[in-house]
Amino acid sequence: MMTSLKKTGVYALLIMLCLLAVGPFLWLLSTALKSSDENIFSAIPQLLPQTPTLDNFAEVLKKIPMLRYVANSLIVTGLTVVLNLVFSVLAAYPLARMRFFGQKAMILTVLATMMIPFQVIMVPLYLIVLKMGLVDSNPDLFGPVANGWLGLVLPFAISGFGIFFVQQALVSLPKELEECAMLDGCNSFQILTRVLLPLIGPTLATLAVFTFMSAWGEFLWPSIVQSEPDQFLLPLGLIQLQGTFSANWRLIAAGTILSMLPILAFFLLLQRYFVSGSLGGSVKG
Amino acid sequence: MFFKQRTPYLYLALPLLMMAIFFFMPFFMALGISAMDYGENLYAPKFTGLANYLALWHSGSFWQSLGNTFFFLFGVVPAMVCLPILLAIALNTDLKGISIFRSVIYLPVIISVVVVGITWKWLYQKDGILNYGFTLFGLEAPEALKSGWLLNPDVAIYAVMLVIVWKGLAYYMMMYLAHLQSLSRELYESADLDGAGWLERHWHVTLPHLRPTMVMVAIISTIGCLKIFAEIYVLTKGGPVGTTRTLVYFIYQRAFENLDLGIASAAGIVLMTILLVLSLIQLKYTGFGQTAENTKTLSLQEATQ
Repeated sequence: MMTSLKKTGVYALLIMLCLLAVGPFLWLLSTALKSSDENIFSAIPQLLPQTPTLDNFAEVLKKIPMLRYVANSLIVTGLTVVLNLVFSVLAAYPLARMRFFGQKAMILTVLATMMIPFQVIMVPLYLIVLKMGLVDSNPDLFGPVANGWLGLVLPFAISGFGIFFVQQALVSLPKELEECAMLDGCNSFQILTRVLLPLIGPTLATLAVFTFMSAWGEFLWPSIVQSEPDQFLLPLGLIQLQGTFSANWRLIAAGTILSMLPILAFFLLLQRYFVSGSLGGSVKG
Repeated sequence: MFFKQRTPYLYLALPLLMMAIFFFMPFFMALGISAMDYGENLYAPKFTGLANYLALWHSGSFWQSLGNTFFFLFGVVPAMVCLPILLAIALNTDLKGISIFRSVIYLPVIISVVVVGITWKWLYQKDGILNYGFTLFGLEAPEALKSGWLLNPDVAIYAVMLVIVWKGLAYYMMMYLAHLQSLSRELYESADLDGAGWLERHWHVTLPHLRPTMVMVAIISTIGCLKIFAEIYVLTKGGPVGTTRTLVYFIYQRAFENLDLGIASAAGIVLMTILLVLSLIQLKYTGFGQTAENTKTLSLQEATQ
């Protein structure tokens, strides 16, 4: 058993580590809460705001369409997650539960896509998306907004990783499941939706969380295809924020803090999937 | 067996079409574009064979970027392999509220790169809180840091590394922690009976147990490190004087700032070759049987970036 002295020591260490992890964010928050009378560049920085105020947040919301950015990000990220789940399941199902000609080659193809770094294909990908008219500067086709969304979502709508992840989960289910379902008169689609998918719920949830995280933070691709400031996703909006308030760090801080709220809420709600996902890769079962 | 012959293909048709359009077509196009010259007319490129690769060979900024990329690797990867072990050991207790501590420490992983970048940019300012930290100890900030950590050509790359390591630590910590939790307590107890101290018990019990994970982390963080982009975009834009420009950033600048698509694609192929070579070393190291498991973890890493 640990002595209480040792316990105190461990807690002290843990608290210190937590401070290292969130300290920078707290300092940003403190800056965001400081009123304009307070010197944020003072030689001796004030750790806590003397007269905390929400003015900076209000001003950012007034000058920059932050809520719009959040909505854009939610729509694009949501679409990416849904399409990823659909395509991953569609491709993983036959790869895991059926036998057919070309199966091995197909699995290798899926694995191969994981080896291609995005930076290698981004230039031609941009040319393709441009050719298809899926950019927010194209007023035709589905209208600029929908074009922009599709151009952002489609290149990330399918991933070798997602297919592989679902396939691994499906492969481990017993063969008897299908045999029973077939005797009961299910067709292949009913077997998938009524028998198999309910059994791999946690896998799908983990995949959803990971896709959400990566799509939410994605910066490179939006910075290439987006040109209409109203359609910006959050990361690009934040860069915009830096440009607009060039040296006004109170406002930059306030905007950045605001942008963290959705992902923080998401993390609090679905914490166990975040962590189980990062453990899932390293521990079998 | 149970299904009609065409059933599997019906399911696969749409995913395969998507992959063809968004992975394979651009991949083969990249090979083609790397053999084209876009310099004279963006809309009517001319075939130049290997001229773009030759131009890279003679380009100072390309070699500088490649050098920086490997410098990042040597700085970041050892830190990512070692430091999270200490973190995992510290968090591998069953004290009350430990899951809260784990979640808080995991925060930098889930917050997006751009937010993390802006946050640290504020800390690194010339009159930022880090420089003030020196005065707490009665020191003055070193001359090199006085103008801001990200503006000094000798310091900037280390400042960027620090941000990358800080953001990634907890991710790898979770991988180690998962393996530590599968380690039986009896091993530690018998080490304690033998009179082993803190260092000895971890050196002789913990580290050997974690060795496979360490190899894994080394591989994942190497590949992750090669692809770093947003951190650099937000913090330094590759500057000052190109000292933090990585290969990926070089590709981005050439393609979307200079519109030199040919050179950018050629550099992309170089990047992929480096990744491929490193992956082959990985295959040799870990054996083909485990690759499936590895790929899974690898792409989890990709997903979090």
